[in-house]
Amino acid sequence: MATFRVLQPGLLTTIQDLGRYGYESQGVPTSGAMDEFAFRVANILLGNEENAPALEITVLGPTLEVLEDVAVAITGAQLPVEVNGKKRMVWSSFPLKKGDVLSIGAVSSGCRAYLAVSGGFKAEVVMGSASTYTRGKLGGLEGRPLKKEDLLFRELGKKPAKFYRVDERYVPTYENVTEIRVILGPQDNYFDEDNIKLFLNSTYTITKDSDRMGYRLEGPQIRAKKKHDIITDGIVPGAIQIPANGNPIIMLKDAQTTGGYAKIATCIWSDLPKLAQLKPDDRIRFKAISVEEAQKVLRDLEKSIEQIKATLKIVNYFDITVNGKHYDVVLENIN
Amino acid sequence: MYDKPKILPAGDKAIVVEYGDEISEECNAKVLNLYNFLKNSKVDGIISMIPTYRSLLIKYNPLKIDFEKISEYVKAASNAKGEEYVFKPKVIEIPVAYGGEFGPDLDFVAEYHKITPEEVIRIHVEPLYRIYMLGFTMGFAYLGGMSEKIATPRLETPREKIEAGSVGIAGSQTGIYPLDSPGGWRLIGKTPVKLYDPKRENPILLEAGNYIKFVRIGPDEFFNIEEEVEKGTYQIKTYEYIEKR
Repeated sequence: MATFRVLQPGLLTTIQDLGRYGYESQGVPTSGAMDEFAFRVANILLGNEENAPALEITVLGPTLEVLEDVAVAITGAQLPVEVNGKKRMVWSSFPLKKGDVLSIGAVSSGCRAYLAVSGGFKAEVVMGSASTYTRGKLGGLEGRPLKKEDLLFRELGKKPAKFYRVDERYVPTYENVTEIRVILGPQDNYFDEDNIKLFLNSTYTITKDSDRMGYRLEGPQIRAKKKHDIITDGIVPGAIQIPANGNPIIMLKDAQTTGGYAKIATCIWSDLPKLAQLKPDDRIRFKAISVEEAQKVLRDLEKSIEQIKATLKIVNYFDITVNGKHYDVVLENIN
Repeated sequence: MYDKPKILPAGDKAIVVEYGDEISEECNAKVLNLYNFLKNSKVDGIISMIPTYRSLLIKYNPLKIDFEKISEYVKAASNAKGEEYVFKPKVIEIPVAYGGEFGPDLDFVAEYHKITPEEVIRIHVEPLYRIYMLGFTMGFAYLGGMSEKIATPRLETPREKIEAGSVGIAGSQTGIYPLDSPGGWRLIGKTPVKLYDPKRENPILLEAGNYIKFVRIGPDEFFNIEEEVEKGTYQIKTYEYIEKR
């Protein structure tokens, strides 16, 4: 039995997990959730495995008809979430009843949101991952974004006994000018000191030519000492290429696995979620840090995930009838 | 090639082991030796790897093994242990129907070099092609070893759709299109074998370090193999690569 029927698919809604690893040597991009932090928390709110397939929503969310009683969680960008017109919070889990309509609107801040379902969405697992890679037409739902009338299924999971929201302290806010920390290299030696300074001291704007594959940036152009082309080598999400036109390109989750442009720097893994929440016209500044510092940030991020788990706030949802009138009541436990 | 491989950070979750700044068999062999050594030693914390012409990118989990430790480990492996390990490449036979509807540019390539189409085919099937690396798109192999005698510039206007399995020439490179895609290569033939098949145990046929041998087939054989591939009964011929001394 299906869980949802898609009434409106949203702008670009795909099934993702934490990525497809082990096939990059054969040219397969990892794909996977652009904002792994929000993705993981969505699953945590439901007690799912952190890697359970969930919907990645881009800018404008879908409208779904609910076909069975089920629990969901939504995290990431701030956008209006309504169940039959009744508001629900982003960064929380809540119940849905058969016959409900879940409608998710357009973002007011951020770019991507995640809708997780109890048990995880059922998806085509290709090369060990459910992540949709649209260019390769694989994974997720026939390797494509959701479309009208699609039926979405889920894996059977334990129905969560309680519903939660994330403590405000841990809910990220998305700014229009964001600092992204980078580690210089692997080809920073292709650039002289002045160009590296220019790269680190400038503000860049995300152009419309940006998607899951990569963000093209506009701002001061960076010149290599001699040439911009290298002998094609490996690429990781976060790598910043400088092609001959001098405009940086940040490679992201659907990027090809190899490339022939010099990479001046690589964004730290812990800041990819921030990048994932940026839209065209948003601006970024880069800050160079050491690998050791970056790995400390990564360990701290894991600690904050543990803290999120430890500080979840219980939320109760009631449908109350008083004098023949229905009321939607949301109560929160006060500790 | 460098005296010692360089170890460079590629962010906080990957390092690049770079052996040189050149495209050569010697350099690539070092990369593939380390790649296969690490693949077999199953180091806790190594997530996945991308071998390329002259470097190996290693993705790792810093929560299990930090930058310093992995650098040390890889340095030791690339200097000593990696040398002891000898990767045994395979040869993969790729049946190809040349010319006609299978290779619409075969006649052009022949005319360009003022030789006959038969000679182009003979020159193309002759070598064992080394798979230096895969990349650019899923399942695309960068091959080395094509004779300069049939090197031909790309089409001036790329075709909008080239079918998966098409075998082409671009400059001094030859390659097989793994997926339907646009492209500007001169198409000389086509293989009925699928380079990418999500239903297969190993969805992507080719692997860096192995060799390709093109084997000429006729149209009838092409359609027979194509049918067997569809049914899942076709066996791709592979054998051990024996180095010419």
